[in-house]
Amino acid sequence: MALCKRNVIALAVGLSLAACAKGGAAPKSASAEKAPPPKENPYPSTYRPYPGAPTVIRGATVFDGEGARIENGVVFFSEGKVTAIGGADTAIPEGATVIDGTGKWVTPGIIDIHSHLGDYASPGVQAHSDGNEATSPVTAQVWAEHSVWPQDPGFSRALANGGITTLQILPGSANLFGGRTVTLKNVPARTMQGMKFPDAPYGLKMACGENPKRVYGGRNQQPSTRMGNIAVNRQTWAKATEYKNKRAAGKEQARDMAMDTLADVLEGKINVHNHCYRADEMAIVIDMAKEFGYKVASFQHAVEGYKIADLLRENDICAAMWADWYGFKMESYDAVNENIPLVHNAGACAIVHSDDANGIQRLNQEAAKALADGRRIGINVSDEIAWTWLSYNPARAMGIADRTGSLKPGKMADVVLWNGNPFSVYTRPEKVWIDGALLYDANDPKRRPVSDFELGQPGEGDPK
Amino acid sequence: MKRSPDAQIRSSRAKSREVWHSAGVSRLRSTRTALLLAALFTTPAAAQTVAITGGTVALGDGSAPIEGGTVVVRDGRVVGAGSGVAVPAGAQVVDATGKWVTPGIVAGFSRLGIVEVDGVAPTNDASARNTPWSAAIDIAPAINPRATPIAINRAAGVTRAIVSPGSAATMFAGQGALIDLGADMDAVTRARAFQFVEFGETGAAGAGGSRPAAFLQFRNALKSAQRYARNPAGYDGDSKDAFLPTADAEALVPVVEGRVPLLVHVERGVDILNVIDLRREFPALKLVLVGASEGWTVAGQIASSGVPVIASALNDLPDSFETLAATQSNIGRMKAAGVKVSIGTINDDEARMAKRATQYAGNLVALQKVPGAAGLDWGQAFAAITSGPAEAVGLGGEIGSLRAGRRADVVIWDGDPLELASTPTRVWIDGVEQPLENRQTKLRDRYRTATDGALPKAYER
Repeated sequence: MALCKRNVIALAVGLSLAACAKGGAAPKSASAEKAPPPKENPYPSTYRPYPGAPTVIRGATVFDGEGARIENGVVFFSEGKVTAIGGADTAIPEGATVIDGTGKWVTPGIIDIHSHLGDYASPGVQAHSDGNEATSPVTAQVWAEHSVWPQDPGFSRALANGGITTLQILPGSANLFGGRTVTLKNVPARTMQGMKFPDAPYGLKMACGENPKRVYGGRNQQPSTRMGNIAVNRQTWAKATEYKNKRAAGKEQARDMAMDTLADVLEGKINVHNHCYRADEMAIVIDMAKEFGYKVASFQHAVEGYKIADLLRENDICAAMWADWYGFKMESYDAVNENIPLVHNAGACAIVHSDDANGIQRLNQEAAKALADGRRIGINVSDEIAWTWLSYNPARAMGIADRTGSLKPGKMADVVLWNGNPFSVYTRPEKVWIDGALLYDANDPKRRPVSDFELGQPGEGDPK
Repeated sequence: MKRSPDAQIRSSRAKSREVWHSAGVSRLRSTRTALLLAALFTTPAAAQTVAITGGTVALGDGSAPIEGGTVVVRDGRVVGAGSGVAVPAGAQVVDATGKWVTPGIVAGFSRLGIVEVDGVAPTNDASARNTPWSAAIDIAPAINPRATPIAINRAAGVTRAIVSPGSAATMFAGQGALIDLGADMDAVTRARAFQFVEFGETGAAGAGGSRPAAFLQFRNALKSAQRYARNPAGYDGDSKDAFLPTADAEALVPVVEGRVPLLVHVERGVDILNVIDLRREFPALKLVLVGASEGWTVAGQIASSGVPVIASALNDLPDSFETLAATQSNIGRMKAAGVKVSIGTINDDEARMAKRATQYAGNLVALQKVPGAAGLDWGQAFAAITSGPAEAVGLGGEIGSLRAGRRADVVIWDGDPLELASTPTRVWIDGVEQPLENRQTKLRDRYRTATDGALPKAYER
């Protein structure tokens, strides 16, 4: 088939090919020449909450996720939303399913701000290695959602063992600009779109330090040093600024998928989540963000967050951290077990994250270790405040705190009933609801998801 | 088990690229630092008779904890522990009321002391790819008592570790050691305590690319060792094209004769059975299975073989096609079937994170409350990280419990040692009380508040 010249132009500017297919008729007016604006949301969420019965949990210890604790509390949710939360005297509506939570705990579902489930799926074979587009240090054009394999068995483990109800999937950290992140509800689906958190803002994954300079320096490419990292970053932001200005002014320019994402960052529509370990590098990123007028929502890993906790507070940047993982590479050498409580204690926003298919199953335990280590040096954070590290703070950094992350009336009924104190090693989720639908029940094997991959394999349907 | 792809960007080969300076320069520098540290180091108090009273005592032998127990140690050994143990006259009495007293944690499978920073190759002595030898490699000279993971794990109550080399050049990794985590230069409790070999996917890769090639390499190596044992002078292992170098053949003699245990990393159910079957041809082999994620699927056969297992505790993902049946119930189900099973960490941050053992064991207790899952009771779980691994490598008479005569590795905890909030308050190794500070605690103390004081942070310590 011969290509008409207009088709080539159409491809370059993202126009539909329809005009050419219709016989190459000349445009009727000037407006037909102009490209329609790019579709705002081309891969929209098709997630719909599953049905759930109006449910009351009573008698449990409740952490509301924003720092409040209710003993012998009542949590009522219906039609997918939290309807009421209060003490023992809270009215219990007729017809609701009532669950006795005596001796148990109720919390908002845990939100992992840093996961690669679906992008680095199990089994971890090369064919499943879809998390780093390590072909250029600047790949802002890639979207993590286009790598997500919904059949990754890791999602079900995170639900059943970890009480994870929402998670952000990020591209890896090989690149300075890794690409767009995606926020998912931890509900099994046939497609990525079926898991996609409706209308969650996108994130942009960036990376500091050793990984980009090692990956590209190893190929004798830029960047090969930390100064090279920042140089490439600044050049890219300068280009993005120009692109954004032209775009805002409606001036003609070839559409650039990477620049679209970065311009959205500069316009405040996309949150930056910056992988960064060292204190000195985080301080440089903070200045770089000011130089180009964007906001860093979170530092990921922030192993030396404790050294600049004051800067994190002053610049309103969350730090997503491990409790005690350390020493695997040079930039993780200065880890301390008290990083999370020290950051919290300085008044900054602390988050517990996993970056790991096993760790995501025990984020409550990671928080518990950090909490205890903090208390031993006199940082007396209560259990209910510490829960903000697990749900509300990550929701804030991901731009979804108005909809989930705490048990406030009107918010999504993303709820975990734990069979004991969730900061004890002896405790596991007993039931997990997402948007009010019961999607895990330890007492009911039929409420335990089994991915396609695991069907017909040894151990299918095991509690795992 | 895979770990944090983002942190490591899943490139093991990238490791070698992280080094820009020569190994020689780097080693010279660290030697100088070591001498400086030695001059500053304070010697721990000498061994003496100590009676620890009033605490909840867990013996580490699988029994339930004993409230109000006493532990007596003398000359570096346990004299007695439990209820009704008399306090000898003249003993230094330590009041542990409200606390827990236990044997130190034994890292069941680790690479403690042979790696400082995994990603910095000159500090990583776990494996050697460019060497003609494999089974003969003796990890003992790599043990650095001043590696920071030693002090960090000691502060978390780990007092001994089974330290294994990693395989690289062939399926045989070499000879591992039992070490202590004491603050002195004498770390190796027993050198050449076992041989470590990879079967399964890693072993197949090491042997040329398939499982049958690995079984052939293994059988050929052991037969070569037997030939060497019959006639050392007549063994042709020094030519470049020899299948098994002389040194490796010599190192495998005690393995094939059953004088040292053979630790075998194997995950898949049928691989486990095939490895156990190797004893038909080599009946003296003292096998110990490591990893064994699908052990529960063949638990009856493992139990009747009598082969002990040092298993990964919480692996529950089909991370590879040899761990499809992985479940956290693996250890509980094996235990119920009568397998001698304990906890180790293989491919799980084993150079640094042995301290997770208590958390792992606690999680196995938690499984008792999950319908359909299989866990361990508290005593069994604690034994899985103390006497269990010690017995698996034939050293249960020396370490891993507070039974009389064992080495006095004792930890006082501020609470239930398996709980997330608990931590050691005092640690003894061979009866010698140990320092618990390390560079992590010093960094923490320096940055208790982030802002600078009258002088920069560099002056605060």
